[in-house]
Amino acid sequence: MERTTLDLWVGMFVVAGFGALMVLAFKVGNLSTYNVSQSYQLQAYFDNIGGLKAQASVKSAGVLVGRVTDVKLDTTLYKARVTMNIDKRYQFPKDTFANILTSGLLGEQYIGLMPGGDEVMLKDGEEFKKTQSAVVLEDLIGKFLYGKAEDSK
Amino acid sequence: MPIARGLRGIGARVVNGVWRIGFGARFFMMTLFYSGMSFRRFRLTVRELFFTGVMSLIIILVAGLFVGIVLGMQGYETLKRYGSESALGTLVALSLVRELGPVLAALLFASRAGSAMTAEIGLMKATEQISAMEMMAVNPIARVVAPRFWAGVISMPLLAAMFSAMGVFGGYMVGVVMIGVDEGSFWSQMQSAVDFQHDILNGVIKSLVFGVAVTVISLFEGYDAPPTAEGVSGATTRTVVQSSLAILLLDVILTAFMFRGD
Amino acid sequence: MLSEALVEIRDVNFAYDSRPILKGINMSFPKGRLIAIMGLSGCGKTTLLRHIGGVLKPTKGYVKVDGQVIHELDQDGLYRMRRKMGMLFQFGALFTDMTVFDNVAFQMREHTDLPEEIIRDLVMMKLHAVGLYGTQNLMPAELSGGMARRVALARTIALDPMLIMYDEPFAGLDPISLTVVGQLIRRLNDALGATSIVVTHDVQESLKIVDYIYFVSDGAIIAEGTADDIRASGEAFVHQFVYGEMDGPIPFHYPAGDFNLDLGVKDQRGAA
Repeated sequence: MERTTLDLWVGMFVVAGFGALMVLAFKVGNLSTYNVSQSYQLQAYFDNIGGLKAQASVKSAGVLVGRVTDVKLDTTLYKARVTMNIDKRYQFPKDTFANILTSGLLGEQYIGLMPGGDEVMLKDGEEFKKTQSAVVLEDLIGKFLYGKAEDSK
Repeated sequence: MPIARGLRGIGARVVNGVWRIGFGARFFMMTLFYSGMSFRRFRLTVRELFFTGVMSLIIILVAGLFVGIVLGMQGYETLKRYGSESALGTLVALSLVRELGPVLAALLFASRAGSAMTAEIGLMKATEQISAMEMMAVNPIARVVAPRFWAGVISMPLLAAMFSAMGVFGGYMVGVVMIGVDEGSFWSQMQSAVDFQHDILNGVIKSLVFGVAVTVISLFEGYDAPPTAEGVSGATTRTVVQSSLAILLLDVILTAFMFRGD
Repeated sequence: MLSEALVEIRDVNFAYDSRPILKGINMSFPKGRLIAIMGLSGCGKTTLLRHIGGVLKPTKGYVKVDGQVIHELDQDGLYRMRRKMGMLFQFGALFTDMTVFDNVAFQMREHTDLPEEIIRDLVMMKLHAVGLYGTQNLMPAELSGGMARRVALARTIALDPMLIMYDEPFAGLDPISLTVVGQLIRRLNDALGATSIVVTHDVQESLKIVDYIYFVSDGAIIAEGTADDIRASGEAFVHQFVYGEMDGPIPFHYPAGDFNLDLGVKDQRGAA
């Protein structure tokens, strides 16, 4: 058994293949930004989540701090229960506002966190008390037309 | 009676087809069953990795680069209309990682490495090398087929990953370097849209499945080929046609399971 | 014949689908002998070899090698038996992706744990025995037909088998290679103390070297005996075969009716 040039080529091939996977994971994908082991879970109830889906990002002041892991309808409250994983490095006060926002006019929906002034921080498994639902475009247009009609009176 | 003869012909083809499917399934099982040697004597597999993986490298890298460049140009044209050129990175990366990488790499792999495998094994059969091996008390499935199978299964995801990476690079060259889309938003939008588990891992799973399908079809066609020159050339053609159809069909099924829109 | 037979074939019948290929063949191959099975192409000679190698199973009767009925062995038993057999295929069937050295060493590496130095020495010995020492680094594609056949022979005897089978060893060889291969078959048989079966239709070359001959036609034995018996045979077919005559029991014309009728030189009643 001795090393041959064939082994070298195969070795290069395997290294290049895994290198490409790494590039995909870290440069193209988001593996560098989320780390499952170092996160904690928070929940929030919304009247209407619009088009929010699992894997949507959670941002605070525009910085990605976590991801939505699960969206379910709570049948006792008839509200949407959104579960999200938040990076351990970021802590939020008890009175933080969770809003569903849209990136651009037609872009993806995400959750925006607006921290309040409370001294006590949210812990794993707790929920946001203050939430604001997604803006549904149809409602907005409806309101606008209604408002116009009011104005013209 | 021409009609009766026609019906009999169809019936014979159907029976033959079902027969081949059964034989193919048994062949696949035998390959898995006799895979021990491929790992105990990993050198055999390394040799095949060279012929399937390394020899497909150039075509995969060049094709990936071209596809990425085209995606960059076409994507920019379309996105410009909605004023969202900054989403170019997302478009290029998602289409490559989810679909084009695994599917196109597998199609190229089928026509480059798959057909070569069929021709090689068919020729080994036609020149009685397989029979000779059997008479020397060496199981040809374990010695010839299984190492090629595992080499194909290992190299397919790696080739698909290289295809996608080259494609993203091609898209970057066109979008950022030539057209002038903002570099920061190109990468950051891409990163926030491409999820490791949902997109990249699913792409890897896809290419693994394609790798299994293509190598099994190629090896089986070679093993089942009539031991003549026409038999081998016919089997090589069938390999490319059947592998391509299998890749696209499996892609439909896998996509339906993986990306249901939730 | 001698009682101590290495291979015994008793009343073997075989049919593909319902087309009979072998019809009640009885043969016996004593130890140390070199025996030929002759006949026209497609008469069932190669099929018979495949029965001895355990590739095919007889529909009736049995083949016994070294006291064991071949078709009753399981996969492991069959593989153990095949290690004691060698078979030379029609065109050598060398592994085209390996060098001559690796071809000859193939069985040693697959079936033994011999260290590489000993394998090297053994391979060189085998190559020397067939007169091809020095070709070890060539690829099969670089060999002439006769040389390829001799390398294949070296590979066949790599593990010193007790039974060597040759499937048309003379096909497609030039006269010099023909003699070389023929003499090698004889010498290796005697040197190894093996038993050899040669399936061939090359009468002149094989009559020179073999001890005993079976003549097969249409799936049955029609004549047997030593080379002299065969040359003197009164059987019309054997005579035609041995002396290569154009017409005889095997007619020159395909059985297709009267050509004169087709040309119209003769009418239906046979009048010209």
